[in-house]
Amino acid sequence: MSSFKRDKKEEEDGGGNPFQNIEKTTVLQEARVFNDTTVNPRKCTHILTKLLYLLNQGEQLGAKEATDAFFAMTKLFQSRDVILRRMVYLGIKELSSIADDVIIVTSSLTKDMTGKEDLYRAAAIRALCSITDATMLQTIERYMKQAIVDRNSAVSSAALVSSLHMTKLAPDVVKRWVNEAQEAVNSDNIMVQYHALGLLYHIRKTDRLAVTKLVAKLTRISLKSPYAVCMLIRITAKLLEEEDSSNDSPQFEFIESCLRHKSEMVVYEAAHAIVNLKRTTSRELAPAISVLQLFCGSPKPTLRFAAVRTLNQVAISHPAAVTACNLDLENLITDSNRSIATLAITTLLKTGAESSVDRLMKQIATFVSEISDEFKVVVVQAIRALALKFPRKHSVLMNFLSAMLRDEGGLEYKASIADTIITIIEDNPEAKEAGLAHLCEFIEDCEHTSLAVRILHLLGKEGPRTKQPSRCIRFIYNRVILENPTVRAAAVSAMAQFGATCPDLLENIQVLLARCQMDSDDEVRDRATYYSNILGQQDKSLYNSYILETLQVSIPSLERSLKEYAQNPNELPFDMKSVPIATIPTREETELDKHKSEGMIISNGPTKPATVSREENFAEKLSAIPGIAELGPLFKSSDVVELTESETEYFVRCIKHCFTNHVVLQFDCLNTLSDQLLEDVRVQLDPSEGYSIVTAIPCPKLPYNETGSTYVVLKFPSNDLPNSVGTFGAVLKFIVKDCDPNTGLPDTDEGYDDEYMLEDLEVTLGDQIQKINKMNWAAAWDEAAATCVEMEDTYSLSSMNTLEEAVKNIVQFLGLQPAERSDKVPEGKSTHTLLLAGMFRGGIDILVRAKLALSDGVTMQLTVRSTDGDVAELITSTVG
Amino acid sequence: MGFLTVLKKMKQKEKEMRILMLGLDNAGKTTILKRFNGEPIDTISPTLGFNIKTLEHRGFTLNLWDVGGQKSLRSYWRNYFECTDGLIWVVDSADKRRLEDCKGELHTLLQEERLAGATLLIFANKQDLPGACSPEQLKEILELDQIKTHHWQIAKCSAVTGENLLKGVDWMIDDIAARIFTLD
Repeated sequence: MSSFKRDKKEEEDGGGNPFQNIEKTTVLQEARVFNDTTVNPRKCTHILTKLLYLLNQGEQLGAKEATDAFFAMTKLFQSRDVILRRMVYLGIKELSSIADDVIIVTSSLTKDMTGKEDLYRAAAIRALCSITDATMLQTIERYMKQAIVDRNSAVSSAALVSSLHMTKLAPDVVKRWVNEAQEAVNSDNIMVQYHALGLLYHIRKTDRLAVTKLVAKLTRISLKSPYAVCMLIRITAKLLEEEDSSNDSPQFEFIESCLRHKSEMVVYEAAHAIVNLKRTTSRELAPAISVLQLFCGSPKPTLRFAAVRTLNQVAISHPAAVTACNLDLENLITDSNRSIATLAITTLLKTGAESSVDRLMKQIATFVSEISDEFKVVVVQAIRALALKFPRKHSVLMNFLSAMLRDEGGLEYKASIADTIITIIEDNPEAKEAGLAHLCEFIEDCEHTSLAVRILHLLGKEGPRTKQPSRCIRFIYNRVILENPTVRAAAVSAMAQFGATCPDLLENIQVLLARCQMDSDDEVRDRATYYSNILGQQDKSLYNSYILETLQVSIPSLERSLKEYAQNPNELPFDMKSVPIATIPTREETELDKHKSEGMIISNGPTKPATVSREENFAEKLSAIPGIAELGPLFKSSDVVELTESETEYFVRCIKHCFTNHVVLQFDCLNTLSDQLLEDVRVQLDPSEGYSIVTAIPCPKLPYNETGSTYVVLKFPSNDLPNSVGTFGAVLKFIVKDCDPNTGLPDTDEGYDDEYMLEDLEVTLGDQIQKINKMNWAAAWDEAAATCVEMEDTYSLSSMNTLEEAVKNIVQFLGLQPAERSDKVPEGKSTHTLLLAGMFRGGIDILVRAKLALSDGVTMQLTVRSTDGDVAELITSTVG
Repeated sequence: MGFLTVLKKMKQKEKEMRILMLGLDNAGKTTILKRFNGEPIDTISPTLGFNIKTLEHRGFTLNLWDVGGQKSLRSYWRNYFECTDGLIWVVDSADKRRLEDCKGELHTLLQEERLAGATLLIFANKQDLPGACSPEQLKEILELDQIKTHHWQIAKCSAVTGENLLKGVDWMIDDIAARIFTLD
């Protein structure tokens, strides 16, 4: 069926593409014609076109094939045909990264770029820069410098843009062209001026003082090119953001003056910059907003789109300013351009009042079917923001979302709706029942396996706690009957959750699971048997650890550990505790991700490979260092701690890697002195009581501007947990060799000893604790009552003024993972219970309950349950 | 396509010759090329890659390929062997220290299958410099008498003064023409 469709489509195209059926081997064969004594320009141009077409279609050439084609192509330099020559340039650029020995055309291209034929020159420069490497660049440096200041604007632009690309390859060489770039900035040609500014900024961007000077100079003379002015506005805005200078600086004045520029592009750029500056006052904002408002009524769709998009972006940060444009935005809802309309309506949703929600939703409904998926996603995101803002409106929004779910749409769109519903459910307990019902209905007719699996998982987690869990089960079991194996397996897991949580449904679940054991798919059968057996044991603690809780370890490391275990046969059984625990993304990170995509249409890059935790990365690096590999698996790596100010001579940061009985301190040192070469760099520690230094691994050499690592391995105080929290004095010791700043070679072989005081380093409780995400904290807590040691204490946290602050500090201090969203304090309450879970080094489970009460400071009752009494005592004692 | 057009095309093709100019670096290949073409020769830098010139001479079209002679570039020579009618080997007659190297490169080159049948002209360049070897001496040192596979001749010349350049090339053209142009 699908092939039939495609055929029909091809017919409609009417044979539009003459290159449709060409093949790589044929074209490469044809390219041998290039070797003929007489060159036929027309024929060769055609073959080259085919070759370029193939490359642009993503066809891969091997190095040998590419090199052969490349050398054949070099023969075409004997033809004087202009079109052919320019095709050859394109060919060189395309093949330069694949073929070997491309420098062979250097001489020919240099000739063309300095020759009389203007048509060749710009293209020759571009091709030349694509084949040049850092060492060859020196030889063409003279020509590049000349080309940058060439009278011909195309040549000059080509040279400037190529130089910009070359900075990646040889930043030092390109830096020397700064005078030429400076001259080109004064060019009359708008493009040359723009490109020159781009290069100039790129060369200087690491040096803030130079950038400040550049901006100061250029803002005084008026640049002719509107592109260059736009660029300058961006640079200035970035500078303002970094410098934290007050907004009455000349830089801000420059941006504001651009609001009255004659080019619309510049005016927009200035308004965009002002609106996006972090600390703009409403008075400064007003002119920018009025410009955007004006653009909203422009007859040009691009201007309207730009204006409304900018307003959309800042609707959250400056709601008041955007509200002023509400009338104009209302007019744009009916805009014939649907992209503009969507952005307008989502902006209104973001800034709107509770009362206008119903009206706006009705308006969206009229055109939602006409817009593309990308914009539908934008609408969904706006609805999500709205639902969080006005929890009381959840029924209207939820109904709307479920209607959208029933419409046609791609996976991304559907996933974003499902996401939104899930967020609403999580945020608003009142919406839970309705939301779950909508999702149940949706999976009845969901064509996306991944989405169905996600929703089934959610139903398994949340369903058992609804008023009528049995209702969900019908939907879930329907999946077992109707869907593909992946969904069926997920449905089985979801049902098992019901069985484990709702004792009264257990019998029914067992019946259903028994039926699933007849399934045709291995995975489904295996899961059903597994769950059925566990549920048959009637043992709560088994339920907890094998059904309700998911695997805590990081999957990639588990895979690797198992592989290692299988390769080295061992008497001992495999120890799950030796596998590093998966890290839990912090709330900020998740929030950041959300924020990034909010209200913006961004193409998603290629999907990232399965995330490897920080510990994974470090474990790999550390295991390469002799002496550290024997310490066992890495338990936790702390965040980076800075031991010096960031702009001192030597910049030292520390990461604490915690092992079962040892701690490895990794000191990353950066040498910022260009006239010094440091050798034998090490950190001398003054450990606190009980700690003993096992080894220290110095960094043999630390040249200028490079980061090197030195390590110190310490053993935790044995049988003395209270002392494992301590403060160490630290001194950086090294041998200095003075050297030539340009070459980095030392002047003499003799160096002298020197040292540098570092800030004290603390090993805290949090460093020794890894976060664990407990799905069902309460069940684990009850279970722990029997098996664990309990410690309890009451504290008064007088320095805290709000519950949120207290929660944040406790979580940070203990390094534990909040469970069941208890880190979110409901508004207007004076008491709160924080539930935490984690694991102490050596695989000791910790559960903590902190009851907080607000009364002239915060009072806290802390209950710790842990499998090890000393650990529990350590926690209660350090908190005080 | 009529018979006449076929003949015409063949004739046209025959009037074209592909000549490859090789030699160690700083032998004077690019200078010779420029001198032929009547271009100024005062600013010549080492050739990074190759130069190609098409010349009209005595009614023939000569495609002259000049490939750089630096060590790093010599491995690329082989890419330009195909369809070569004549090979010009340029020797710096005054650079006596590298004549051994020069001999080695030349003899390896002549082993090359794709150059079989090509006419070989050896230019003993830089005769204007004091202390330059004479063609006879070079013949000894480079062991030219051992070459049996190619028609060859050695000609003394100076690219700077232009002495003897034309004579050498004329011999080459005659030799190539006698070998392949039968229809005339």
